[in-house]
Amino acid sequence: MQRRKERVDRGIKVRSSDVFALSSWREMLYLSAPRLLPIVGLLLLSVVLSYYWQRVLLSVSVFALLAISWDILAQSGMVSLGQALFFGTGAYLAGNMNHYLGWPPYVTLPLAAIFGGLLCTLFLIPVLRLRGIYFSMVTLVLPLMLVRIIEATRIFGGTEGLSGLDPLPNRWVEIYLIIAVLLAALFGFRRLMNSDYGLVLKGISDNDRSVMNAGINIYWFKTQALFIASALGAFAGAFMTHVYMFVGMPVFAMDYSILPIAAAVVGGMGTLAGSMLGAFILVPLSEILRGLGGLRIVFYGLFLVIFTVAIPEGIFHYIQRKYHQFERWVEVK
Amino acid sequence: MLTNAIIYGFVNSVILMLVALGFNVTFGISGIANFAYGALYILGALSCWVFLNPIGLPYFLAVILAVAVTAIAGALLYRFVLQRIRGMVLSEVIATFGIGLALLELFKYMGFIGFEYSLPVISDTSIEIGTVVIDLQRIFIVIIGVTMAAFIWFFTHHTRTGLRFRGIAQEERTALSLGINTDRVAMLSVSFGGAYAAIAAIFILPLGTINVEQGYSVLINALAVCIVGGLGSTGGLVLGSLLIGYGQTFTATYLESHWVMLVPLIAILVILVIKPSGIFGKQKELEERI
Repeated sequence: MQRRKERVDRGIKVRSSDVFALSSWREMLYLSAPRLLPIVGLLLLSVVLSYYWQRVLLSVSVFALLAISWDILAQSGMVSLGQALFFGTGAYLAGNMNHYLGWPPYVTLPLAAIFGGLLCTLFLIPVLRLRGIYFSMVTLVLPLMLVRIIEATRIFGGTEGLSGLDPLPNRWVEIYLIIAVLLAALFGFRRLMNSDYGLVLKGISDNDRSVMNAGINIYWFKTQALFIASALGAFAGAFMTHVYMFVGMPVFAMDYSILPIAAAVVGGMGTLAGSMLGAFILVPLSEILRGLGGLRIVFYGLFLVIFTVAIPEGIFHYIQRKYHQFERWVEVK
Repeated sequence: MLTNAIIYGFVNSVILMLVALGFNVTFGISGIANFAYGALYILGALSCWVFLNPIGLPYFLAVILAVAVTAIAGALLYRFVLQRIRGMVLSEVIATFGIGLALLELFKYMGFIGFEYSLPVISDTSIEIGTVVIDLQRIFIVIIGVTMAAFIWFFTHHTRTGLRFRGIAQEERTALSLGINTDRVAMLSVSFGGAYAAIAAIFILPLGTINVEQGYSVLINALAVCIVGGLGSTGGLVLGSLLIGYGQTFTATYLESHWVMLVPLIAILVILVIKPSGIFGKQKELEERI
């Protein structure tokens, strides 16, 4: 007798996808719990954590933003290997506006996000016609090159960077600002990607030629997606600049390119929530492993491999499936 | 100064080519961008060092054993990690990158840093070509580099296994239907890449010490050469390494050494914008851009 596993939707999922959702607390809870979890969780975490772990939460949120920005790009068919480009551009813009022009953080943050987004989009417009791995390689090279140019020409503080920048008023403003932006990005862009606009973007990644056939200018859509993603990344960079009160060459480091991708791969691509979940696993993990000293990165690398090999679909997809469906063994006839 | 730059530029190009050969073999055949390549390179050098110094084997035996160790490491990498995620490019990159990171940092943790970790040169005399003084080790590297490039060309064109390699490179499914065990061939290709990395390391690293950080820069150089020349093409590899090698040497001679690191990056950028599949790349126009 042969058996196979069958996946069936849970009753509550079928019921709650209909109007019945409004008639029962259980179904309303079933629908709202996954949405409330990040909101309540983040607000709770911001209160109960110690000062040290609050700082970790800050960098977790920044990496989550970068991962979300990566995911938006990836869903539009542009796999970026250089989130550090967005991060670094935003960071340097905010740093320069604050250092040379003396503008306060609440002016530089939004300006750096918008102009960082525009600048990165301009950088990448010439290669927008490249597809797949060729686009990825350009994005991999650009941040490496900007670092070398800053090092060689000694502009913007050169190798020392700009220090002594204005901080945000206090640590509560810092933490709630980044949480608010993170949640807004998560829910806002999830909604965007589920709308018709997002459908076009996803279509570009699935089959760009057929989207062109439909009479849609894919370059214009790609440019817009690029602007959205890079503005998000630039905001993360500008925010970190004001938290550290410093901007220098490390903002173009490979960490900011690799960690968001790793987060998206570990958490699960294509949902934005998965990328965020990945960041919330990977960054604290590297923080916990800090006690191991030199072995930290060794274990980190191995974790990455184990995650990608064991759950290639990503943790979020795995959890989502378990939440909506159950599995049972049936006989093969 | 000019003859100096020309000769050392040539040596530099051959070094780049030797480094990139292994990466190119793996990518050209199985389509796996092996980001653990730098770690395999250092692994080859360190295992050679271990066979030579603590164990005390003769040089010839140590080299063969080190190459074998690295080749087996490549095969294991394919069998236990890559085989499960084959075809998911991003997962492949992340997994090999994770392995490379773990290996390199493990070497660093075990303390393989310092001057005592260096490999012996084959001969420390130097000769003069015209007015330029050049040591024999560099000449030896040139010979090895040319031999290895010729060997891989001969191997993939005139042996059964080599033809299988090219078979799965062209069309994996068709190769499978013709009775070629694609998994085994792909495993061989990763292991070949490992062996090439070890050979490159064993002959290039005697010029300095075994520095774990080189694992990262080797990867970038290999990537740059392969992209400029065209991923998976041996002729392009030669041309790409000549371009970047001479570019680097002339920059170092006539400009500042700050700018040397920029040469491969700018070369990548220019090539990607003009002809993304590389100078000798065989990709169709539509697959690379639209």
